[in-house]
Amino acid sequence: MELQIYIFWVLAGLTGLCAIATVVTQNSVRSATWLLFTLAGTSAIFFLLGADLVGAIQLLVYVGGTMVLVVFGVMLTAQGPFINMKTSGAEWAISMFAGIALFSVLCFGTLAYNEAKPKAVDVAGGVAASVAAEAKLQPQNPSDSHNSVTIGQALMGSGLGPMHQRAGQVTATHYLLPFEIVSVHLLVVLIGAAYLARAKKRKGVAA
Amino acid sequence: MLDWLLDFLKEYGLLLLAVVAAGALIGFMLVNAIFSVWLERKVAGRIQDRLGPTRVGGKFGWLQTLADGMKLLVKEDSIPAAADQFLFRLGPYIALLGSFLAFLVLPFGNGVVAREMNIAVFFMLGVMSSEVFGIILIGYGSGSKWSLFGGMREAAQMVSYEIPMALCVLVPVIVAGSMNLGQIALMQQGIWKWFVFHDPFTFAAFWTYYTCAMASCKRAPFDLAEAESELVAGFHTEYSGFRWLVIFMAEYGSMFAVSGIAVIMFLGGWSTGVPWELTEVFEKNLGLGAMGIVIGNVINVLVFMIKGWLLVFVMMWVRWTLPRLRIDQVMMMCLKYLVPISCALLLGVAVWTLFVPGWVQPFVSAGIFGLCMLALLWLIFQMVTLAKKPPGAGMPGMWRTTGLPGYQGAAKQA
Repeated sequence: MELQIYIFWVLAGLTGLCAIATVVTQNSVRSATWLLFTLAGTSAIFFLLGADLVGAIQLLVYVGGTMVLVVFGVMLTAQGPFINMKTSGAEWAISMFAGIALFSVLCFGTLAYNEAKPKAVDVAGGVAASVAAEAKLQPQNPSDSHNSVTIGQALMGSGLGPMHQRAGQVTATHYLLPFEIVSVHLLVVLIGAAYLARAKKRKGVAA
Repeated sequence: MLDWLLDFLKEYGLLLLAVVAAGALIGFMLVNAIFSVWLERKVAGRIQDRLGPTRVGGKFGWLQTLADGMKLLVKEDSIPAAADQFLFRLGPYIALLGSFLAFLVLPFGNGVVAREMNIAVFFMLGVMSSEVFGIILIGYGSGSKWSLFGGMREAAQMVSYEIPMALCVLVPVIVAGSMNLGQIALMQQGIWKWFVFHDPFTFAAFWTYYTCAMASCKRAPFDLAEAESELVAGFHTEYSGFRWLVIFMAEYGSMFAVSGIAVIMFLGGWSTGVPWELTEVFEKNLGLGAMGIVIGNVINVLVFMIKGWLLVFVMMWVRWTLPRLRIDQVMMMCLKYLVPISCALLLGVAVWTLFVPGWVQPFVSAGIFGLCMLALLWLIFQMVTLAKKPPGAGMPGMWRTTGLPGYQGAAKQA
């Protein structure tokens, strides 16, 4: 469909411009604002693809949650000299190198994937069909299946993760344990942040 | 010529439809803001024993808001020297966008919705949470201490109140088994099937949700962020003219949006209270066809808007009745009381839907409905009789149990 492609290019272009502005802007609050637009643009692309849930989660988690935190952090901690950040030439060079490397890896991955499975990537309706088809073909090995449904199920512990072969025996696992470990890690970070941010009581003074 | 037009429509008709829908929604938000501001002034007037606006537009001062709007449009548009120009200009529009996007998925009638979405509730809560970002930008971009304080308080308050609000919205979602607002509304045909009467947990969840919604719209008694007397109107101190107008359009828009969620999730959506869907009645039973759908939906939309504005009216009633809470009380109320309450309600309703047998359900709903109607009758009785009491017989809301010198104390002394 023509219209969808035009809208995609407009959205993608705007998102890309905002992403560039995020990096180029020297004022940290403005930079955070551009980041907000970048994330919102990404969620708009999800909506365009018909992935309403992913788009809404992107909006809620990143735009709603992370951006508020970013702005809190920036506004409460940044004083005078840190609000305007000057980046040196060496930093530019390093970040350019890292950015271009990441971009080329992504490009390579996308193009290689397209060549390997030409029918898997299709707009909107095609995705659901191909996901269903792939799930039927290989329901047990997400490292081959290239779709998020199996990986998501494996994370929740309800599906099956990668196969392990040991002494001829095939064992299927899922990612529930690493998932839980990561969430406990997040909890530790939260408690640490609360501890650091808490006002320290002086000894001998009644609270 | 015609062929070209048809081709164009075939290709870009969706775009045109989208523009029409967005225009209609923006129009609704504007009318809603105009009407709500007028209502607010009238309600405030009546509660404070005044008349409110009376002159502009003939009766009831109904054109007052339009006159105010014109005044705001021609006002000097000033930006403080210390302000961050870019963020100062941007802030109000982000707030408005957050409020506007919520309307995209809010159904006004059976199928009267800009974009039907399976996760409409979730989407609405998500986009309304991005309204906070606009407020923060407004507070920070103004370059004023009052605004920064106001913006910070506002952000803390809105972010905290979103948690119990979302948990309370989950309660009817569990009962309905769907997040599609249209489907949820269609499940509640007939007043005794409204989810607010479904079981004790949904009944409590409605009141909790409404409290949280009031707070997340920064309405009194939770309006510390724009406290006129202490913070000089808080985050929007430095704004005037059109941008100020935009901020308030966003605020009244989100007031209607949260009321709309409450209406659909708890109060039957566009249901009139009779156990039939009006569009179907007009289409099939009366045999009016497509015309019947239109007629039915006109009534549906009217019913929905009246319900929504009734809830907005209650927000105003509360605002002009209760005094403002302190900021620590606001936060304590959310984190110490509303969050645990909403968690308990969520657990309770999950247990209820799992373990309560099906035949009990109608009796419980009927019981809660009956009790509510009895309470309503009692309230009406009290309102009628109390107004007729002779002087000195005590008035509603008076301290009766203390020996404080007051109306009753004076009567005793005499």
